[in-house]
Amino acid sequence: MNWKTEWKKLLLIVVVFAVCFYLPVGKVRFDSAVTESLVLVKEYARQHVLLCLVPAFFIAGAIAVFISQASVMKYLGPGANKVLAYGVASVSGTILAVCSCTVLPLFAGIYRMGAGLGPASAFLYSGPAINVLAIILTARILGLEMGIARAVGAVVFSIVIGLLMHLIYRRRQREKVEAQMAMPEAQVRRPLWKNALYFASMVGILVFANWARSGDIRAVFLCCPGGLSTYNVEGSIIQKSDDGLTILDTYGKEHQIPADLLIKTQQVRKNNLYEWIHRIRWIIVLILVVGFLIMLLNWFTRKEIAQWVGSTWGFAKQILPLLFAGVLIAGFLLGRPGCEGLIPTRWVNAAVGGNSVRANLFASIAGAFMYFATLTEVPILHGLMGAGMGKGPALALLLAGPALSLPNMLVIRSVIGTQKTAVYVSLVVVMATISGVIFGTIF
Amino acid sequence: MKKIQILGTGCPKCSMLAKNAEEAAKSAGLEYKIEKITDINEIMKFGVMLTPALAVDGKVKVVGKVPSSDEIKKIIG
Repeated sequence: MNWKTEWKKLLLIVVVFAVCFYLPVGKVRFDSAVTESLVLVKEYARQHVLLCLVPAFFIAGAIAVFISQASVMKYLGPGANKVLAYGVASVSGTILAVCSCTVLPLFAGIYRMGAGLGPASAFLYSGPAINVLAIILTARILGLEMGIARAVGAVVFSIVIGLLMHLIYRRRQREKVEAQMAMPEAQVRRPLWKNALYFASMVGILVFANWARSGDIRAVFLCCPGGLSTYNVEGSIIQKSDDGLTILDTYGKEHQIPADLLIKTQQVRKNNLYEWIHRIRWIIVLILVVGFLIMLLNWFTRKEIAQWVGSTWGFAKQILPLLFAGVLIAGFLLGRPGCEGLIPTRWVNAAVGGNSVRANLFASIAGAFMYFATLTEVPILHGLMGAGMGKGPALALLLAGPALSLPNMLVIRSVIGTQKTAVYVSLVVVMATISGVIFGTIF
Repeated sequence: MKKIQILGTGCPKCSMLAKNAEEAAKSAGLEYKIEKITDINEIMKFGVMLTPALAVDGKVKVVGKVPSSDEIKKIIG
């Protein structure tokens, strides 16, 4: 046996053995954490996979195959209009960054061969936050306003960060690479309106299939005894007693709210159009699906459809296992509102509860250094918010988190150098904190 | 001897491209060497921004997608 090569495996086995030996099975906190993680996985499987994730994969697959990346990248090239470059860089993540691993090469390319440091920084900040899968999943699981705030916050602040980076380093000559940008070949062209209709019908299916009914009542309650953060649940009351309230929310999930945490309940004013759309949503979806199939059969070749299905399958294969693990871990560590996981709600609430500048700053810094595998930031944030994190800090973490991590800071450093990286990271932390504070004040 | 270079920072798509390229080169019966380039600054020197990419003898042939091994066979053959 060769000890020099085998010691790592031995160490691993010893560590795993020690963990198993002292496994705290039977301790209440551990057992309930295990249950929580399974409950959360079931909740995701029931509520989020079929109607939300599956259509989202098809949309992401279509973007990757049918939208010409070359046509976007020419706005980020060396001869690009400077003003336009910032605008394009801040929104092009939707098209270019469908997979998070493509963000860094694009960043390096825009910096070295293309429009320069400003647009490159703007792209780096907004890219991971505004890819379609991230927005859809955030809106669905963390609430519509959080999804919109994430997208809008990322776009607006990416332009600010890009401009600041440009101003700070405007006198520096960048080390340009004199390489010809290698463009991907242009895809088969379809008239714009056909493409637009094709994407619109897919987005329509996603939106209408998930159209929730509005509730009768909105309950506002504290996250935990003595907590700093509050939640809203909209739905109808199914049970009311002295101990508390049981509400069936508009997605069909039950919430038990202890009386001592309940702050207030208010009637929800019904909007007739909204209710009507909810009633006929399946008819709308059916019409859209039929229209979509007609378009697919008439405008697309067999090969294109195969590519689209292939790329959709690629996303599903890549993202589902990560998400599954993310949900398990989030449930295990953080639990759900009202049910603790391994980490006490008290701690979470003390660190990132409420909407203080300190809580927002802490969330931004933690997010900046932490690594989130593609999309796992959503279940983790879901868990944290359930354990008492405020909405402001949650947005701050969503903005700083996927854009930065310790490993990708090292890559960024190898491209733009230590000093610029430090300035960029500080800007991201500051901007994420500011957007968190603003968001937390409004909602 | 052909030098086949796979440019990519190590995402799942990059390893898929490497696998397809290897299959293609084998079935074409070529004498080849596969090199994986993972350093981002080296990738930039090829002018590539969308990974994964495939270069043959230093010339970029495919950018930002994973062709099947049959398609790669046509490119390198």
